[in-house]
Amino acid sequence: MVDRTMRGAAAVVGVADAVSPTGELQGTVRSLEVQVIREALDDAGLTIADVDGLFTCTTPGWAASLELAEYLGIAPRWTDSTQTGGSSFEIHVQHAAAAISLGLCDVAVVVYAATPRSSFKKGSGGYTSRQSLPGPTPSAEWEQPYAMRMPMGAYALAASRHMHEFGTTAEQLAQIAVDTRTWATMNPRARLQDPITVDDVLASPMQASPLHKLDCCLVTDGAGAVVLTSTERARSLRKPPVLVLGTGTCHTHAMISEMPDLTTTGAAVSGPLAFAQAGLTPADIDVAQIYDSFTITVLLLLEDLGFCPKGEGGAFVAGGVLAPGGALPANTSGGGLAYTHPGMFGIFLLVEAVRQLRGECGPRQVDGAEVALAHGSGGVLSAMSTTILGTEATA
Amino acid sequence: MTERLVIPAPEGAPDRQPPPVSPAAGPFWEATRSCSLVIQWCRSCEQAIHFPREACPSCLGADLEFRPAAGTGTVYAMSEMPAPGNAGMQGRAPYVVALVDLPEGVRMLTGIVRADGGLGAAEVAVGDAVRVAWEPLADGRHLPVFVRA
Repeated sequence: MVDRTMRGAAAVVGVADAVSPTGELQGTVRSLEVQVIREALDDAGLTIADVDGLFTCTTPGWAASLELAEYLGIAPRWTDSTQTGGSSFEIHVQHAAAAISLGLCDVAVVVYAATPRSSFKKGSGGYTSRQSLPGPTPSAEWEQPYAMRMPMGAYALAASRHMHEFGTTAEQLAQIAVDTRTWATMNPRARLQDPITVDDVLASPMQASPLHKLDCCLVTDGAGAVVLTSTERARSLRKPPVLVLGTGTCHTHAMISEMPDLTTTGAAVSGPLAFAQAGLTPADIDVAQIYDSFTITVLLLLEDLGFCPKGEGGAFVAGGVLAPGGALPANTSGGGLAYTHPGMFGIFLLVEAVRQLRGECGPRQVDGAEVALAHGSGGVLSAMSTTILGTEATA
Repeated sequence: MTERLVIPAPEGAPDRQPPPVSPAAGPFWEATRSCSLVIQWCRSCEQAIHFPREACPSCLGADLEFRPAAGTGTVYAMSEMPAPGNAGMQGRAPYVVALVDLPEGVRMLTGIVRADGGLGAAEVAVGDAVRVAWEPLADGRHLPVFVRA
């Protein structure tokens, strides 16, 4: 079947390039990227303020689109670092057209710059993209000299700010770890299965004040996968379909020092986008998988996703709302705090959400779960993406 | 101009590792040789910029310059590290990493130290006023840190 919904839905409206007969250009890769972006936007009669989608695949650091967006001072709601070598940019255009046809971004910028020839002449390597990029990463220059313990130090800064602004307490954060561990006691595959108390959390060694060891996720091995197909086709497959009802994404920074407000994450954008697409509200969520890299992560995300008002996360979690039997069963696998955390937990959020909606979770099954939320957080509260999933009954 | 406060490394601790210098940040680091804090500004839209860039993150303009900063600030967020974050911090723990808001309108990740050279958070808290101080680097530059004002 040919999907024709994208047909004619998007158009190229501005172009620019930078070349020279000598084969060499002056300036760093970053300055060249900025130059062609400015010229192409001008060609289209747009400005950088119009741009809400960014497509790029080269970086001296670890996250191409985050670092370029940070450099440009923009906070995209559609982001794509797809890296396939020479065909990357055709794929970026395809993705941009798809996103635009669905209304997920309005103005997409696809950009590329590299200076392998002049870099080679300077003795700093030829085609290896790392060598042709503009020197040290911002983190190496502006954050690492202060030797913040990472990643916990970045989250500790956010926790300190939340405590200062809203009176959130270490005990309230600890309750998140306690409830998550209670779920893990019902998961025989969890790394940590013994119950803990708030006092246990507070007595565990400080990692970066105000975060204790038991506020922090595990370091484990792990792997996961998710397969998707069309809902129509899914209905003829082996398991009951789990429908993607809504999605949303927003990234706000790469370094914690560039996070605009340490008490509000991009989930305040991604969550409402996902809920709007799904036609649902937080009250409709039967079970939530909310990235628990640290207890403060969960608290911030509960607020930003709309489960409670900003600043009231501490009081919201204090009564055990996330625990078995609570009003918002969350991180039912035991989460990154107790189940597993190989470095990136997002895949496991999706796996657990699907298992809950299929009724496959045994002792920890949330009865009658029809709608699940899985929310991923990347970087240091940097990149947020919300997925709302539902059973066939929610179609 | 307030007195320039230089905080030597604690007894037995090495100087901090000198950070790399990016293409846009040369003037920032050069100024630290004389313990001066300068901040990048966009002359097109009159926005202060930190970290220094080759284009303004507000308007993408490239007409940029560095101007002296007041050298004061307010603690926006902070965390005390009970153990070194890297091998170069042996002998310095516990120490404080913080985000400090400058009156120029930018926020810096930095350290907060005690003017008496002692270790730890001491009497500083989120919301407190601080002023810049300087830790010597082996290459003649200084690393900007802050002390309680």
